[in-house]
Amino acid sequence: MELLRFATAGSVDDGKSTLIGRLLYDTKSIFEDQLESIERTSRDRGDEHTNLALLTDGLRAEREQGITIDVAYRYFATPKRKFIIADTPGHIQYTRNMVTGASTANLALILVDARNGLVEQSRRHAFIASLLRVPHLVLCVNKMDLVDYDEETFERIRGEFRTFASKLDIGDLAAIPVSALHGDNVVSRSPNMPWYEGPSLLHHLEEVHIASDRNLRDVRFPVQYVIRPQHQTNKELHDYRGYAGQVAGGIMKPGDDVLVLQSGLTSTIESIDTADGPVDEAFAPMSVVVRLKDDIDISRGDMLCRPNNSPKATQDIEAMICWLSPDVPLTVRGMYAVKHTTRNVRAQVRDLEYRIDVNTLHRDETADSLTLNEIGRVQLRTTQPLFVDEYRRNRITGSFLLIDEASGATVGAGMVL
Amino acid sequence: MTSAPTYELTNLQWLEAEAIHIFREVAAEFERPVLLFSGGKDSVVMLHLAAKAFAPAKIPFPVLHVDTGHNFDEVLEFRDRTVERLGVRLVVASVEESIAKGRVRERPDGIRNPLQTVTLLDAIQEGQYDAVFGGARRDEEKARAKERVFSFRDEFGQWDPKNQRPELWNLYNGRHHKGEHIRVFPLSNWTELDIWQYIADQRIELPSIYFAHEREVFRRDNMWLSVGKHTTPRENEEIVTIKVRFRTVGDAPITGAVESTAETYEDIVAEVAATRMTERGATRADDRLTEAAMEDRKKEGYF
Repeated sequence: MELLRFATAGSVDDGKSTLIGRLLYDTKSIFEDQLESIERTSRDRGDEHTNLALLTDGLRAEREQGITIDVAYRYFATPKRKFIIADTPGHIQYTRNMVTGASTANLALILVDARNGLVEQSRRHAFIASLLRVPHLVLCVNKMDLVDYDEETFERIRGEFRTFASKLDIGDLAAIPVSALHGDNVVSRSPNMPWYEGPSLLHHLEEVHIASDRNLRDVRFPVQYVIRPQHQTNKELHDYRGYAGQVAGGIMKPGDDVLVLQSGLTSTIESIDTADGPVDEAFAPMSVVVRLKDDIDISRGDMLCRPNNSPKATQDIEAMICWLSPDVPLTVRGMYAVKHTTRNVRAQVRDLEYRIDVNTLHRDETADSLTLNEIGRVQLRTTQPLFVDEYRRNRITGSFLLIDEASGATVGAGMVL
Repeated sequence: MTSAPTYELTNLQWLEAEAIHIFREVAAEFERPVLLFSGGKDSVVMLHLAAKAFAPAKIPFPVLHVDTGHNFDEVLEFRDRTVERLGVRLVVASVEESIAKGRVRERPDGIRNPLQTVTLLDAIQEGQYDAVFGGARRDEEKARAKERVFSFRDEFGQWDPKNQRPELWNLYNGRHHKGEHIRVFPLSNWTELDIWQYIADQRIELPSIYFAHEREVFRRDNMWLSVGKHTTPRENEEIVTIKVRFRTVGDAPITGAVESTAETYEDIVAEVAATRMTERGATRADDRLTEAAMEDRKKEGYF
């Protein structure tokens, strides 16, 4: 069974929580005691229907205020796939949360209300999904029941969205008319919209082709940890030296030549080990242990790649940064700790080229800081080289965090250009 | 006919790879990690994954058992055998000792689950642990659905759900000052069914009480409680012998058994796949206290 991770985005009234509740309910992923609990709470609050949205509001403050504060992760499975939903709230800290949810998603689901069509937020969500390189996008036009399941309304919204999306870099786009409240086109095709010939939402989630989303071309293996059992009695284990890590790109095989960054030395893969024995091949995102034929000095933060295909080793990074801190802004000349693959370095912001308005895509070149939820293009100079790929080529070797050195807080998310 | 390789991982392979990555990150970036081990299935899976992450070397950190003194014998025996087999050091933090030292007071109802928090935090301070692996899963409970894989705790062990670090890609920020620590949850993305499918797939040994067996039980709060050293029925509670198994293993007086005939891994996977109650709702009295019971305990530093 495969795994598909998707992020949902929509504003409070788009019915996002209802849609998720519907997916969980109709795939029998809600348990009786959970259902009883939300039925009780719905009654206590005087809600007319059992409020499926309550399933996704985990914290006391959220239930009290009827809002969602943080990214919540939900799980459900069908016989075909297991799904992890990153459910991101639409209002408070919307960009920060959606960026977080989208960073690990194969697919982003954008919800709009059929009565209102595209709103500012829909465009923002589409922009963030494209910025974070979520490979698949689904536009769910919800509340079709409230527009009499009208084909023209759906087509108009879809057309408008396509026009906007053409300005962005979006790989695969699908549009589905649904009613989350009544379940139309959520799990099965709705008889209320015979004009719609595409799949139901769940069917699309089960079938969308995600195999080619990962980078299988460029070998990238950030060394995480060196395994040396130093066994006293077992001779073989005494000399064992393996480099543990999670493959970030490409396909590695025993016998392959590798280049080691940062030393620039080359060697050959002797064996690729796992606790269950050696394997013939390793590819992203497998966690393995690589042994090399030559005894060379390699430690955490180094990267294995191919001699003729290596990432850029550089101290000058051009990147899009999404600012995540409510407490401190990004400022030019500011110093931050950087976490990139298994490397920890420091970096100074040399220049903020522009700040982008996430609603209009307008670039403000006079900006001199980024505050919470703002996105901009920056130049960084790092204290040590990083081994980077463009984020568009590899979401693992192209991404990094900026960390505030005083508080330790994660303040920025970076994508290498 | 052989098909071309698809370079796809199954759900379980993906979860395993993610957990192994998390273990190695912690071992590389922290001074003194420790793994919470109760003998419950989630902590058994966690320990199994830790062993895989560092093979052929040994697990490079100790395991910590917060012992309520209310244990199932089968679980203690299993615990000792498992740490022996893996060659890891076992640290036991005893709630009974905390009571004797006056750190906590026994509750009138005799339930020790809530008392564990003090014992745990004391043990973390004493051991100067800076990373504490826990087996919590996000599907277990709604407050946990919002917890990070690396969850920051202040010097009092408190969790602040409104002030969590955003967690992106596979980059985990473990920065902390002296006295603070990070709770690490390598099983965050696993569901109960994933755990069981993985246990079955890997043939991971578990305490025998997870499998259906004849046991003397009595009914309380809509749960089957085991008759034992720490749980005695009240006058009106009738003892019956039926076939049960445990879905979770916790403080014995509040851990309920479920009626079951599932004796093999495969039986249990089938049973879990068909069940209509969450494991906590079905078997843990502590989570039924209030709507936000888990959130409140977590804020104070609970697992």
